[in-house]
Amino acid sequence: MEIFRAHVLVCTGTDCAASNSVEIINTFNGSLIKHNLEKEIKVIRTDCFGACEDGPVVVVYPEGVTYYRVSLKDVEDIITEHLINGRFLSRLMVKRSEAEAELPVNVEETSFFKKQRRIALRNCGLIDPENIEEYIARDGYQGLAKALTTMKPADVINEVKISGLRGRGGGGFPTGNKWDFAAKQVNETKYVCCNADEGDPGAFMDRSILEGDPHSLIEAMALAAYAIGSKTGYVYVRAEYPTAVKRLKIAIAQAKEYGLLGQNILGTGFEFDMEIRLGAGAFVCGEETALLRSIEGKRGMPTPRPPFPAIKGLFGKPTILNNVETYANIPVIVHSGGAEFAKIGTDKSKGTKVFALGGKVNNVGLVEIPMGTTVREIVYDIGGGIPNDKAFKAVQTGGPSGGCIPANHLDTPIDYDNLIALGSMMGSGGMIVMDEDTCMVDIAKFFLEFTVEESCGKCAPCRIGTKRMLEILEKITSGKGELSDLDDLERLAVAIKAGSLCGLGQTAPNPVLSTLHYFKNEYISHVVDKKCECGVCKALTNFFIIADKCRKCGLCAKKCPVGCISGEVGKTVFEIDPAKCIKCGACEEACKFSAVIRK
Amino acid sequence: MPSHVTETQKEKFDKLDSFICQNKENPGSLIAVLQEAQNIFGYLPLEVQKKVATGLNIPVAEVYGVVTFYSFFTLEPKGEYEISVCLGTACYVKGSNLILDKIEKILGIKAGQCTDDGKFSINACRCIGACGLAPVITINQDVYGRLEPDEIPDILRKYREA
Repeated sequence: MEIFRAHVLVCTGTDCAASNSVEIINTFNGSLIKHNLEKEIKVIRTDCFGACEDGPVVVVYPEGVTYYRVSLKDVEDIITEHLINGRFLSRLMVKRSEAEAELPVNVEETSFFKKQRRIALRNCGLIDPENIEEYIARDGYQGLAKALTTMKPADVINEVKISGLRGRGGGGFPTGNKWDFAAKQVNETKYVCCNADEGDPGAFMDRSILEGDPHSLIEAMALAAYAIGSKTGYVYVRAEYPTAVKRLKIAIAQAKEYGLLGQNILGTGFEFDMEIRLGAGAFVCGEETALLRSIEGKRGMPTPRPPFPAIKGLFGKPTILNNVETYANIPVIVHSGGAEFAKIGTDKSKGTKVFALGGKVNNVGLVEIPMGTTVREIVYDIGGGIPNDKAFKAVQTGGPSGGCIPANHLDTPIDYDNLIALGSMMGSGGMIVMDEDTCMVDIAKFFLEFTVEESCGKCAPCRIGTKRMLEILEKITSGKGELSDLDDLERLAVAIKAGSLCGLGQTAPNPVLSTLHYFKNEYISHVVDKKCECGVCKALTNFFIIADKCRKCGLCAKKCPVGCISGEVGKTVFEIDPAKCIKCGACEEACKFSAVIRK
Repeated sequence: MPSHVTETQKEKFDKLDSFICQNKENPGSLIAVLQEAQNIFGYLPLEVQKKVATGLNIPVAEVYGVVTFYSFFTLEPKGEYEISVCLGTACYVKGSNLILDKIEKILGIKAGQCTDDGKFSINACRCIGACGLAPVITINQDVYGRLEPDEIPDILRKYREA
């Protein structure tokens, strides 16, 4: 094996690749040859590292120095300064939180990583996802080897039960129990399926695992197949994730070549093969029965449970379905033992959870934290707080099925049950931070628009009910709301939750209920005062010119499409006539002195 | 240039035929066949749906039902450049609706429509998972992130002149 004195890891996840990271790799390789260093230093294409806000990210080992927002012209400097002269390039190193006294040298020392514990993301950003040997070098396929040679199927299920692992896709059902139900079915044909239809807006951990560590999914599905007695697996991936699909295809081909998929795996006689199915854009297919219909090539409409898929699932056969992050934990659980895994986390929620931290927060990216970490630790310590000194308002978890957690609950330890008690839910792990400028009524409307569009239309409470709720929210945000609308919203919400067939409808009212509960004052100011304090709801917003800031340049008046701004250039302060203003915002955009504000 | 612009109708149907033949024994292959058909033709007009139905030996109604269920499939042709504006939560709270407004204003069309010259279409899309770059748009395969509405005219100009 070739030995290199240094390794340069370049992230090519979707975010970083969009910022030119593939070019950066080519430039590195070209430059290293020029300096005659290609035998000493190896450039590795990895995947998402989690620090998406500051991509493209380059990490140089052995020191573990991380460079952020690297551009093509920085490559030469990294080579001459760091790799030849041994001096770190401080201009590309970033202090990602106030808590850090000086520039962190090793990536694991940064506050962004310190509070994290990476199990599902253990290999993301560290290995080349298109090279099976790098996965194997990190204990990959050890769990599968251990299970096939020393464990009975029931032992595997038992380890998963001991680990306390619960479904990471949102519901939180104990994974071991699900496998047990399927294992107990007597049937020649059973299926192992993976939900990689990550439809939750703002969640991208499954994409990162598929792109950065696809073999962990293959190993886990093989383990699941061994546990329940199946020979065939399907991965249902969103068509919106082309890189993930490509990497997974490469990984499946490699695993077959190495005898880790197909017939007679590791010479034990165990047989398992898997296939990729592409989704076609339907959020409801995140619901398990709908997803299975879609794999069958049909409209993805949910069916009543029972029968549960473990009894009667894909093509009518016993089927288990888990999401990508759940599977990514399995190889570690089998390899190191369920008891080891169960040491992490809280009483009823074991292990870690990956969150996609986004919205109004400094360090956007993927974070994996032990269950029981507080929201505050995530937003302030790992996330580095809110940009531009704005005030924190809430975090939203669980996407269109979840709710908001306001400032007074920032110290809640995160686990399945605590989030539900707060009226939100774990969901698949989107965590969107909102600041003082985010209008909560508008956010509730945003999620309702989403569910109305994505409702499959099969059952009336969801199809008609969510539409009526959306109409009420539109009425409120356009300034025509009445107080009785708030009661109607709540009544409808309760009925939809109780009456809907599947998880989509049963949880669709949550964003409204949760914002009504924590931010009723905002609803009331929309309805009674006809005001949107955040200046988001256009119909309730008025534009003003601050006299002190106006430089009398007249640009706003020139840009105004309806001519409602009057004043004399260079002589008088300009003014907006609210009666004529159509609230298009052109003046605000045009003003170079921030003299135009909305109230 | 995508292949659906340069090939003749006959070449396209032949290509679809051979894909159907390879896949028709595979249970549940309808969605995969439709995805390929859309790759070939750019959209799914009724004649293509009929072809798929005959090839897989299922009713046209079933094909139509699946096509209209999934947002990925389209019955209308798309522009040469399809602009997808991400309206996922992370992009939304960072103002992607303002980006969409700006694009709609410049092109004079709404999301879901195509310009008269067939150059641009706008798609208000779901989260593409590039939340670190919010707000994000994609134009065919190109990704533009951390956008301000002011940057839109220059970006569109590049494609208009292409």
